[in-house]
Amino acid sequence: MTVFLRIVVRDVRLAFGQGGATVLAVVFFLLTVTLFPLGIGPETGVLRRIAPGVIWVAALLAAMLSLDRLFQADLEDGSLDQLALVPLPLELVAAAKCLAHWISTGLPMLAVSPLLGVLLGLNGEAYGGLLLAMAAGTPSLSLMGGIGAALTVSVRRGGVLLSLLVLPLCVPVLVFGTGAVDSAIAGLEGGAHLPALAAILAAALPLAPWAIAGALRLNLE
Amino acid sequence: MSLIGLNLTCARGDTIVFTGFDFDIARGGIVVARGANGSGKTSLLRLAAGYLAPSVGEIRRDGTSIADDPERHRTSLHYVGHLDAVKPALSVAENLAFWSDVLTANAGTSPRPSVGQALDRMGLAGLADMPARYLSAGQRRRLALARLVASSRPLWLLDEPTASLDAAGMETLIDLVAHHRSSGGMVLAAVHGPFAIDDAVTIRLGESRADGTS
Amino acid sequence: MANWHRLANPTLFLEWSRRVRPWTGVATAALLATGVYLSLFVAPRDYQQGDAVRIMFVHVPSAWMALFAYAVMAVASAAGLIWKSPLAHLTAKAAAPIGASFTLLALATGALWGQPMWGTWWVWDARLTSVLILFFLYLGYIALWQAIDDHARAAKSAAILALVGVVNIPIIKFSVDWWNTLHQPASVLRMDGPSIHSSLLTPLLVMGAAFAGYFVVVLSIRLEREVLARQVRTLRRVQSRG
Repeated sequence: MTVFLRIVVRDVRLAFGQGGATVLAVVFFLLTVTLFPLGIGPETGVLRRIAPGVIWVAALLAAMLSLDRLFQADLEDGSLDQLALVPLPLELVAAAKCLAHWISTGLPMLAVSPLLGVLLGLNGEAYGGLLLAMAAGTPSLSLMGGIGAALTVSVRRGGVLLSLLVLPLCVPVLVFGTGAVDSAIAGLEGGAHLPALAAILAAALPLAPWAIAGALRLNLE
Repeated sequence: MSLIGLNLTCARGDTIVFTGFDFDIARGGIVVARGANGSGKTSLLRLAAGYLAPSVGEIRRDGTSIADDPERHRTSLHYVGHLDAVKPALSVAENLAFWSDVLTANAGTSPRPSVGQALDRMGLAGLADMPARYLSAGQRRRLALARLVASSRPLWLLDEPTASLDAAGMETLIDLVAHHRSSGGMVLAAVHGPFAIDDAVTIRLGESRADGTS
Repeated sequence: MANWHRLANPTLFLEWSRRVRPWTGVATAALLATGVYLSLFVAPRDYQQGDAVRIMFVHVPSAWMALFAYAVMAVASAAGLIWKSPLAHLTAKAAAPIGASFTLLALATGALWGQPMWGTWWVWDARLTSVLILFFLYLGYIALWQAIDDHARAAKSAAILALVGVVNIPIIKFSVDWWNTLHQPASVLRMDGPSIHSSLLTPLLVMGAAFAGYFVVVLSIRLEREVLARQVRTLRRVQSRG
């Protein structure tokens, strides 16, 4: 367990540090959302209507952007060879790296999402739903994105390919994530969206590390 | 304690790198693999580390195939390859402390040298707080070798460990190997240039390669 | 010697596929001819949809085959990973472009049908949307094969992706259905009614069988090409080392 935490802490430190993924992902997230009013027009009713979807799509794209180097950096500098020798199954190493990715990108995006809600004129009732949906949905993005990152780890400029592989898989998260915010706006407490997001996370939690470890082993050969 | 390779065939993609290859390292022993570029020295070390599975043959650690107990094998070996596993954004000491912590299986059971001592041993003591991005290639290599000191594991797999080392660094490495062997450790090294260890068993790769077409 | 035992199995396959293919080809052609005849001349016009209903005889089997090809891909991928069989990996690789083509055909015929029925080429109908996402899954699978140089690693990576995809497809389908009922009241004409009259069902099934036959024939041609390409690669490597 200490090894697991040590890997999480190191990756989070690297991500928050200079040249890390966190700042870029958050800025990209903010910028993408800002583009929508500029493209669509400043009419509050329209913006409020599309806000949940816009925020989720931007979160999805920002996650893809930061996933690119999740395993690639470790492959290129030899760290992956060493991580395969630690007294922890590679599946758990993969899980630790995904958790670190979520802490360093999912969590900051979750933290700034209310600000984006303000920019898009979201009603007061929607914020709780937005935060809950982001909290339940973004870990799945890190896990499923991790699969794409591991599969494309040896591909130069694999970012576009990564998005092509992962974005279709993230459709359910997008649908239920947006649905959760929409139902919060409509004043419906609960609903089936949050349980659906939780179920997706529960399925991804064991399956994604298994797929990631399998893909990474291919690159140790 | 022993590491034995039996009748190893290594394939990369559709290419056979070598076939029918044997090696045998006993407690306190060292085997040095030599051969031209592309003769499969790195492949041999990656087979020995268990990163790569042999197409034919097996590798036995203390009598059991490493394929049967990969967990025990991979947590009791050091692999120092061409890549130094150094993160430029972290300091020299932080880099080593991380690997020392995660590579040491049962922290606390055996006393291990502190990170400071290991850096000192490799002549990096003065650079401990410097970001690793400012290290030269030789200094990065010393930092990679410092893992061997900071975390004690019985089998060392060294792929061109002398690359970019200066004379003093080379001497330190040879000292480290001697010390490791005197406490019963095993070493398998792939070396291209000079490597002054008198009693090393040298094996050659790429000379009697089986003809794939026959 | 070391190279030859790996070719033995695919060589057997080549022999077998060359022997069986003419028969499958003839059967497929016969089924297709019958199916087209039934669809165009025997099946009645729909009182509501008119002749456009006949598009269904291409659209529905295409959608079936789109899913079927993905299933073939996933099973072959699993077999490839479990038994380390190059032939299984190549089967998955060969099935992907055929599946993608059927998916595209399903989308195109869906649009052609939608134009007279809904008055627009594209409607975010749950089925069409699911099929579109399936098309992207195929594209990703094909792109991953092409992006990785090392053939063995590409095969295993793509296999993992296919398995991840097959786990996700039901979840995606479910979420898209959910999304659709949430955003669109069920005022849209469904492509297939609750019950299908047998005069429509027969041509549909015949066309389905014809498409399946076509899949088998093309798969065996593509697979044969993949096997030969693999043998050429192996021989070149052996030759280049003298």
